Amino acid sequence: MNKHTTEIVKQGLQKRYNAERRFRAYGMFAILISVSFLAVLLTSVIGNSVPAFQESVIELEVDLSQDNLGLSANPTAEELFNGSYENAVKAASYALFDISGRKEKRAIRDLISSGAWYSVRDAVVADPSLLGKPQKLWVLASDNADLYMKGIVTSDMPETARRLSDQQVQWLDELISSNRIQKQFAYTFFTSGDSREPETAGILAALKGSLYTLLVTILLSAPIGVMAAIYLEEFAPKNRLTDIIEVNINNLAAVPSIVFGLLGLAVFLNFFEMPRSAPVVGGVVLSLMTLPTVIIASRAAIKAVPPSIRDAALGIGASQIQTTFHHVLPLAMPGILTGTIIGMAQALGETAPLLMIGMVAFIADVPQSITDPAAALPVQIYLWADSPERGFSYKTSAAIVVLLTFLILMNAAAVMLRKKFERRW
Amino acid sequence: MKNTALLIAISALTAGTANAAGRDYIQIVGSSTVYPYATVVAERFGKSGSFKTPKIESTGTGGGAKLFCAGVGEGHPDITNASRAMKSSEKEMCAANGINDIVEVVIGYDGISFANAIEGANLNVGLSELYLATAKHVPNPDGSETFVTNPYKNWNEIRSDLPAQAIEIMGPPPSSGTRDAWEELAMIGGCNTFEWVKALKKSDKDAYEENCMHVREDGAYVEAGENDNLIIQKLVANPNAFGIFGFSFLDQNLDAVKGATVESVQPEFETIADGSYPISRPLFFYVKKDHVGVIPGLEEFLAEFTSENAWGSDGYLADRGLVPLPDDKRAQMAADVKALKPM
Repeated sequence: MNKHTTEIVKQGLQKRYNAERRFRAYGMFAILISVSFLAVLLTSVIGNSVPAFQESVIELEVDLSQDNLGLSANPTAEELFNGSYENAVKAASYALFDISGRKEKRAIRDLISSGAWYSVRDAVVADPSLLGKPQKLWVLASDNADLYMKGIVTSDMPETARRLSDQQVQWLDELISSNRIQKQFAYTFFTSGDSREPETAGILAALKGSLYTLLVTILLSAPIGVMAAIYLEEFAPKNRLTDIIEVNINNLAAVPSIVFGLLGLAVFLNFFEMPRSAPVVGGVVLSLMTLPTVIIASRAAIKAVPPSIRDAALGIGASQIQTTFHHVLPLAMPGILTGTIIGMAQALGETAPLLMIGMVAFIADVPQSITDPAAALPVQIYLWADSPERGFSYKTSAAIVVLLTFLILMNAAAVMLRKKFERRW
Repeated sequence: MKNTALLIAISALTAGTANAAGRDYIQIVGSSTVYPYATVVAERFGKSGSFKTPKIESTGTGGGAKLFCAGVGEGHPDITNASRAMKSSEKEMCAANGINDIVEVVIGYDGISFANAIEGANLNVGLSELYLATAKHVPNPDGSETFVTNPYKNWNEIRSDLPAQAIEIMGPPPSSGTRDAWEELAMIGGCNTFEWVKALKKSDKDAYEENCMHVREDGAYVEAGENDNLIIQKLVANPNAFGIFGFSFLDQNLDAVKGATVESVQPEFETIADGSYPISRPLFFYVKKDHVGVIPGLEEFLAEFTSENAWGSDGYLADRGLVPLPDDKRAQMAADVKALKPM
């Protein structure tokens, strides 16, 4: 009998070992596949974003005499703002080379960003002492010149396959050899809002829009979510009603986010007449979306605090509120924070609800408050990905990198908080 | 740390309430075809003047009209863009919500040319022949009311007096607005010349669209990228090929390419502007008159949009592919806009 059992075990042993080995192989294979997907995604996005972190600038000698700008000898601030800088910059670009004729002028104008004169104006407004004489200024090169500088468009390509003519390439080569064009860190990308010209488009407006939106989201969802969790876990009687509430919270966490956008449109925009495209509405809608996540995570964290802690506190005479706020909540805090931060990270990457409340729009100005119109980071990525100009494909990747950086920072903060404060019993 | 966070929050909130007193930027909604033009004007307007940059949402013409007609007041858009004239049902909706004075602005035309190299054959076609040349499925040539995979390889198979050369067409990819317009104007227009197909639209809309708006994929239609300049270069290199691109490129390259005559009309500024050239459509925007003088900068924005520098024949919108209105119409329109003449 005994011998018989051992026999059976021995017979099956090799099979069981094999099954175990196979199972491990499947697991490794699954991990390998997900890691390689991630690697492909990250390398393509990061690789594609590199050109966007540099911009090309061209040195122009702009005649900033009052005569040339159509200003009086001692212009007021308003006059200074309205000077004819556009013509001054155009004239300065024609002077780069010995040219004449409309076609050549146009070709040379195409090398300078059409937004270049704004920077000249802003420089003069900021420092009126520049006025009066020709000044050497560095202005942004156009998208096409920029792509040439970065080696994405090369002179080896046939003329028909690039947006620069042979003449323009020759001009650019001359500028390069005389050091009048150079690459620098892309300040514009981090200091300006959206634009239709790839070279002047920046991420700042979308970034601030996202931050304002998240600020509203966290101010609403964190206190409401935590209070709801505390009440449901510590105070609420266990009855049919609380069961229904619990089931509904769990269901809400699975509702597609666009539904919250429709709700926001109907309730906040149409009924309460809150401003369209404003981060305040975006924040409210996203907090509706993240509330279930925050409540569920907070409840789990509170539930994980051992009952012995509560019993001990109650036993030495603490009231229920004192027990909760002095003992349970501090111990549950790491879990609650982690849940909240993950909820925020989810909100940061969301576009669907924002579409309904008008935050998917061309918004060039950097928002100054939560009621100014603003886009958000994922919205900006979507809008840029849709633009035909070549330069925007690199900007898109760069914006994704910025978004990923923030997501990683937030998740790292969640991990750190958990590591630092977590207690094991 | 808690206090600083609170302080930031409070300051952000109070800054908001200070601004909520009045909307100080222009709000625009509407057509995605007009969006690229409107955004360029908006950006220039915002950066060069002392007003804020208008906010533009691309909602589609219909969606834009719905938002626009929802009411008067700061919560509602000031301008809606449209790639077709406002429908009477939309005007009724506007009127029902107290919007009676709307200024209609035609900004120009979205004209599409079908062209080949100057030494190539002269083509004189109708919309139905263009449809038969570019569609994936075409009505059965034997006359029965069914669709077959496009059998036409040579132009003279479609109509015997067309040139005896292979059909080679270079056109925009599906992501392009030019492609949308081609499908909507040329192909649908050609489809509707078959009576039974036209009737199909009512009975089976899906089948109608599937067959009328599907560009062939057998190699006769080559997607040549968004770069219209590139298509022109390729046409010059291959005189047997035809290209589909915005009219402004034809106009600027008349030394190299020529447009086909469609429904006996040559693509020219005048024929596009008066609507006789069939593959073109006017583009519009509509302004709520009640908002002029209330929303800061609205009048100035209209002035910028209707300035020669913007929508003129040499303006920056023409660079982006807009077919400008003829000179006299443009001057008339600019004067009407200045006077805020309602439609």
